Amino acid sequence: MARKIKVKAKLKTWKVTKEEALEVKVLMKHPMDTGFAKNKKTKEVIPAHYITELTCQLNGKDALTGNLGGSVSKNPYISFYMDASAVKKGDMITVSWVDNKGESSSGKAKVK
Amino acid sequence: MKMNMKRRVFLKGTLAGVGVAAGAGLLAPQAVLASWNKAAFDAKDANSAIEAAMGGKPADSADITVEAPDIAENGAVVPVAINATKMADVESITIVAENNSTPLAAIFTLSSGVKSFVSCRIKMGKTGKVIAVVKAGGKLYSASKEVKVTIGGCGG
Repeated sequence: MARKIKVKAKLKTWKVTKEEALEVKVLMKHPMDTGFAKNKKTKEVIPAHYITELTCQLNGKDALTGNLGGSVSKNPYISFYMDASAVKKGDMITVSWVDNKGESSSGKAKVK
Repeated sequence: MKMNMKRRVFLKGTLAGVGVAAGAGLLAPQAVLASWNKAAFDAKDANSAIEAAMGGKPADSADITVEAPDIAENGAVVPVAINATKMADVESITIVAENNSTPLAAIFTLSSGVKSFVSCRIKMGKTGKVIAVVKAGGKLYSASKEVKVTIGGCGG
């Protein structure tokens, strides 16, 4: 039932702007079934089962929220960056999702 | 009174049995996901998906970069990164895979303090464009990149 979320948050030099930024990486365990694929053996359609809402928070405040669909890969990986000015080491990044079956999970990490 | 109530609930549960369970299963997610745009995620072509998700047509912009491989050997996992750091006031970034059965992959809403850059892995059913739609300052912009998908191919 519980599907794990791995979160990593690290202050580092961001290669795009060459400035210090907080890098947040999120890896979620989830089948992300679209509802189109068929089971090869039984020929039965695998019902749709994917994450629909994703919330990433910094110290309890929304940072990045996302609505996802079945076109996102299995075990979704998402990363984004935040301004280093608003973040310090030890701050908490929490990530949670809800899927189309109403299941949910959450994970968190301290900023390193 | 209290007993009665409980009994009613119990009876209802046993009588309706499977029906209640199935009904709850169907209804619960919809109630939870009030903000999830079903019409947009169910749309069958890229343009109507964008229209439903963003409420308008985006204008092409050279300030957005779609980072994706030229050739994806495995369509199930295509790493995509959308870079709109040249733009100001970016509110959301949407990723669309043009030729998928349901093209809309994800809509990310950024709050202040988040850089206009998101990377994600998406599925691609066949060769086609990956379209990024960026909402900045209330306006819509887009850019795209063609990705060739060679499912089951040996590198091509």
